[in-house]
Amino acid sequence: MVDIVYFAWVRERIGLARETLQTDAATVADLIAELCARDPRYAAAFADTSALRVALDQDLSEFDAPLAGVREVAFFPPMTGG
Amino acid sequence: MRISVQEAAFDFAAEMAGFGQGRADVGAIVSFTGMVRDDSGQMTALELEHYPGMTERAIAKIVDEAVTRWVLADCLVIHRTGRLGIGEPIMMVATAARHRVAAFEAAEFLMDYLKSRAPFWKKEHALSGETAWVAAKEADEDALRRW
Repeated sequence: MVDIVYFAWVRERIGLARETLQTDAATVADLIAELCARDPRYAAAFADTSALRVALDQDLSEFDAPLAGVREVAFFPPMTGG
Repeated sequence: MRISVQEAAFDFAAEMAGFGQGRADVGAIVSFTGMVRDDSGQMTALELEHYPGMTERAIAKIVDEAVTRWVLADCLVIHRTGRLGIGEPIMMVATAARHRVAAFEAAEFLMDYLKSRAPFWKKEHALSGETAWVAAKEADEDALRRW
C-alpha cells in the first residue's frame, strides 16, 4: 500500500489531495503509467512529467526511482516559495 | 536556529529583537523579508499551499547547509502559508555570522533554495475572481547553480 499525495494544479487536475493505492509498480514511472490507465484525469495531469516533481517519503526524487519500501509518493509542480 | 511555517502574520521587530544579540562571535546580522507584490494591479490575494511535513524537513536541510557552510551563529526562517493580502509579509530569513559577507551570502543562499526547493506553491487571486498558479521561473533554477 502506498499513499499518494497531490499538490497545487496537479491536485486540482486530478481532483484529489490524497489517496491510498495497492500497487505492484516498481518505479515512480510505473506508478504514473498505472494511474494514467485508470482515468483520463491522471493522463491529463501527468501528460508532461518534465513539468512535474516527485517526492518519496518527503524527499525530492526522480521518476525512475524504485518504490520498494516507500510509504508516501507526492506529485507536484516545480516549487514557488520565498 | 528557528524555523517556523505558519499561517499567522509575524512581527519582524519582535523576531529580530533578540536575534544574534549579546554574543562575542557575531559581527554581522542580515535579514530579508519577502512581501506580496502585485505587478498587474489586478490581484486581491496570494494563496500559499505547502506540503506539511516535507516543508519543515526541506527547510531544515537548507538551514543546516547554510549554517555549516557559512558558520552561522544563528539562523531564522519564517514562511507563511494560506491566504495573504497584497503588501503583507510572506516570509523572512535572518542570519548571524562573524563577518558581513558570510551573513549576506547565507541569506541569499537561503532565499534561492527556499524559492525552488521548499514545497510551497503560490496561487494568485484576481479581482475578476480568476485564479492562476504562479509558474516557476527558469531564472530561479539558474540561481541555484551559483552555489
